Amino acid sequence: MSQATIAGTEVAVDEEGFMTVYDEWTEDLGGALASNIGIEMTDRHWEAIRFLRDDFKAQGETPTLRRVTTAAGIPTKDLFQLFPKKPAKKMAYVAGLPKPKGCV
Amino acid sequence: MTTTQTAPAVVPDFGDDAEDRKICFICSKGNLDMAYPALIMANGALTEGVEVDIFFTFWGMDMINKGTWNDLQFSMLGNTAMHMPGSTKHIPQGLGGLPGMTGYATSMLKKQIADLDVPEVPEFLEMLHDMGARLWACKMSADMMDLSLDDLYEGVEDIINVNDFIELSEGAQTLFV
Repeated sequence: MSQATIAGTEVAVDEEGFMTVYDEWTEDLGGALASNIGIEMTDRHWEAIRFLRDDFKAQGETPTLRRVTTAAGIPTKDLFQLFPKKPAKKMAYVAGLPKPKGCV
Repeated sequence: MTTTQTAPAVVPDFGDDAEDRKICFICSKGNLDMAYPALIMANGALTEGVEVDIFFTFWGMDMINKGTWNDLQFSMLGNTAMHMPGSTKHIPQGLGGLPGMTGYATSMLKKQIADLDVPEVPEFLEMLHDMGARLWACKMSADMMDLSLDDLYEGVEDIINVNDFIELSEGAQTLFV
């Protein structure tokens, strides 16, 4: 485990740069993480990220792309537009969560 | 002992600048259990930003034929890896031939797949199509089975021959299922 300073806050991160402590995350940090990977957050982005945060808290694991589509009702197509190329991993990074473990 | 250190923030490499990678899947089976491997790997590839083409041929045509895609079956016959539920004991092959066993095995498998929130074949194909996969049907198979594009899922791009497929799979990693 190492510490990194993101948006002026010191937080725990793993070797790839994913935050590792659920309660250290704030929406300000989420915005900074998004801008690190070239994403400018809009309400649609936040809708997905807030679902990830709530679902992780309830289920204890990061939701897969399919779960974001079926449980949050955000079409898969939209997720690819909001978080291009690797939406599941990018959403997890912005939400301060581990990468999803599920296959589908 | 755990050591902590403060370092400049590392940003994950999501491969946005990487050269485009491409995978082609050839689906040649129409059994329910053999429909899933390519669908699941294609899903994984697409969420990794990999370009995906899927070519359906022979019995794999049942996966995109609207008359059959929701009714793929799973048979215990010929599958020596079938075990009694919750056990490593093999199920005798002869049982698989009893009337109703294929229907029973199919519904059991469908339930196990649904329990993992993995969609049925039609919904899975729609999902892959939405994610950008391109689906292709085999010309010779379509001719043999007397099928036209109208019989197939609307997300299928076209019925193409093997030369077209060889052309479009240039430079791709190709997996035959």
